[in-house]
Amino acid sequence: MSATPLRKPSADTAFDVERIRADFPILHNVRPHGKPLSFLDNAASSQMPQQVIDRIVRYETHEHANIHRGVHLLSTLATEAYEGARRSVQRFLNAKEDREIIFTTGCTEGVNLVMHGYGRKFIGAGDEIIVTHLEHHSNIVPWQMLCEEKGAKLRVAPIDDRGEVIQEAYDALFNERTKFVAISHVSNALGTINPVRRMIDVAHARGIPVLVDGAQAAPHIAVDVQALDCDFYAFSGHKVCGPTGSGALYGKAALLEKMQPFKGGGDMILSVTFEKTTFNTIPHKFEAGTPPIMPMIGLGAALDYLSAIGMDRIAAHEHALLEYATEQVSALDGVRIIGTAREKAAVLSFYVGEVHPHDVGTLLDEEGVAVRTGHHCAQPVMQRFGVPATVRASFAFYNTFAEVDALVEAIRKVQKLFG
Amino acid sequence: MDSKQLYQEVILDHNRKPRNYGPLEGATHVSEGLNPLCGDHIWLRLRVADDRIDAVAFEGQSCAICKASASMMTASIKGRSVGEAETLVTAFRGMVTGEVDPSTPGNPIGRLAVFSGVKDLPSRVKCAILPWHTLHAALGSQTVATTEGAQDPMGGAPS
Repeated sequence: MSATPLRKPSADTAFDVERIRADFPILHNVRPHGKPLSFLDNAASSQMPQQVIDRIVRYETHEHANIHRGVHLLSTLATEAYEGARRSVQRFLNAKEDREIIFTTGCTEGVNLVMHGYGRKFIGAGDEIIVTHLEHHSNIVPWQMLCEEKGAKLRVAPIDDRGEVIQEAYDALFNERTKFVAISHVSNALGTINPVRRMIDVAHARGIPVLVDGAQAAPHIAVDVQALDCDFYAFSGHKVCGPTGSGALYGKAALLEKMQPFKGGGDMILSVTFEKTTFNTIPHKFEAGTPPIMPMIGLGAALDYLSAIGMDRIAAHEHALLEYATEQVSALDGVRIIGTAREKAAVLSFYVGEVHPHDVGTLLDEEGVAVRTGHHCAQPVMQRFGVPATVRASFAFYNTFAEVDALVEAIRKVQKLFG
Repeated sequence: MDSKQLYQEVILDHNRKPRNYGPLEGATHVSEGLNPLCGDHIWLRLRVADDRIDAVAFEGQSCAICKASASMMTASIKGRSVGEAETLVTAFRGMVTGEVDPSTPGNPIGRLAVFSGVKDLPSRVKCAILPWHTLHAALGSQTVATTEGAQDPMGGAPS
C-alpha cells in the first residue's frame, strides 16, 4: 500500500474548482452512505448548476406559455426564451445560422432524425453506411434499422488495441456505394477522441455527408462545426449540465432543407388542407408539436454557463484530472485500463483483477464514489476487448484531484476484500 | 444498508470457489440465464430422475453476487425433489425482493439468508435472483431465462 498520493495542482492555476463546485448544490447536498460524494459518472449524466436551475424556475414562474402561437405577453416571453436558447446552441457549436439548430430530446433523437429525414429519403438498396467499432448503440441501431428497411449495408471501421479507429481501414471502406458516414467524436466507453476532421475530409473527398455523434464531446471540448465541416452534429443536454429531455442537432442548412420531416404535426407546417400540407421552413420543419420548452431553455442556460467558464479551460482541467487518474489507477496491482488512445477525453474504463465490475461499482458506492459499471451501451466495444463490462470513471470540470484519490482508495479496499 | 454486509465471507468464498461449477454429463434439464443489463450469463444443467435432482451444475460469467447465489443454490437443491426446489425458488425470490421476511417460522431459506441484504440494493437484486429464475425455467423446460420483462423481479409479475 503506497502513501497518500500528492495532489497535483491543475495546470490552470486560475481555475478555481472550489468556486465552481459551489454552483452545484447536489455535490454538497448528498452524502452517500455518510461519505462525501465523488460523482465520477458524468459521461452518463452531468449535474446541474444553480444558474440553470434558477433559469428553469424563472421560466416556470414568470414566462411559461406555449411558443410560436399566442399574441399574449407570456407566449412572447416563452418564444423569446426558447429561440434565445437556440442562439445559445448556435454560439456554442459556432454554427453559421440559428436555423441550422434543431432542438431534440437528446443525442439519440438527433441521430434518429437524420436517419429518418435524410437516410430514408436518400439511402437505398445496396448502398453502404460507415460507422466505427467505437459507437454507442444509439449510433448503430438507427442505421441498422435503416439498412434492414432499405436493403443497405452497414460497414464498420475497426479499432486497434488502444481503442483508436484504424484510419487506413476506415479509408479503405469507402467505395462507390458508400452513401453516409456516422461517427462519434468521443467514445463514451473508452474516451477515445476520434480525428473527426480528418475522417470528415476523407468522406467529403467523395461527396459523402457525415454525422458526428457529439454526446461525449460537447461536454468536454470546444466544438466548432464550421471548422470540422461536419454535415450533422448531435448532442444531449443532460450531459452538458442541462436537463434531461433537451438536446440539439446541428445540420447544414442546405441538407436540412432537402430532408423530409421526421415527425408530423403542429408547428412544422405552413398550411394544411386535406389535399396538401406545406411544411414549415427549417428548423421548425423538424420540431412538430409543442417541444419540451423548459428543458431547452435550461439547455441554453447550461451552454452559456459552460461558455462563461470557457471550454478550453474545462478541457485543460479535465485533461489534468485524467492524466492524474490514469497514473494513479494504473499503478494499482492487477488493474487493467481499457482504452489507451493517444487522444482521450476524461473517461477512464478499467477492470480490477478478476472482480466483476458490478461488484466494484457497489463497493465504490459504499465509499461515496459514483461510477458507471456495465457495457455502457457499447457492447461491440466490450466484445472487442473481450470483457462483459468495465468500471468507468468519467470526469467533469467540477471534479477534483481529491476525488481521484477517493476513487483510488476505494479500489484498494475492493482489492483487499476480494484479495 | 452497508454493502459490505452483503459481501460476507461466505459469499466471497462461494465466489472464489464456486460449488458444482462446470459441465454436467447426461443432463435432463438445461437452461441459460441472461441478465442483459449487467451481462451476467450462466448455464444451468440438472439431472432429474424420479422427481429428484440427482445432479446439478452451472457455469458462466457473472458478478460475485450471481456466482455465489448460483453456487449456494446448487448446493441447496442437490438431492431435493423438484417440488422442494420450486419452494426454495419462491422463498428466495420473496426474500430478495423484500416481500417475505425470511425469519418467519417455517421459511425454508436456511443459510441462503446471507442474501437477504440484497433487498436493500435494488440494482443488485437481479444478480442474486438470476440463477433461481434459471432453475425455475429449467424445471419448466424453458431453455432461456432472463431478469427482464414479465420476469423482472423489480417490476414484472412473478413468472
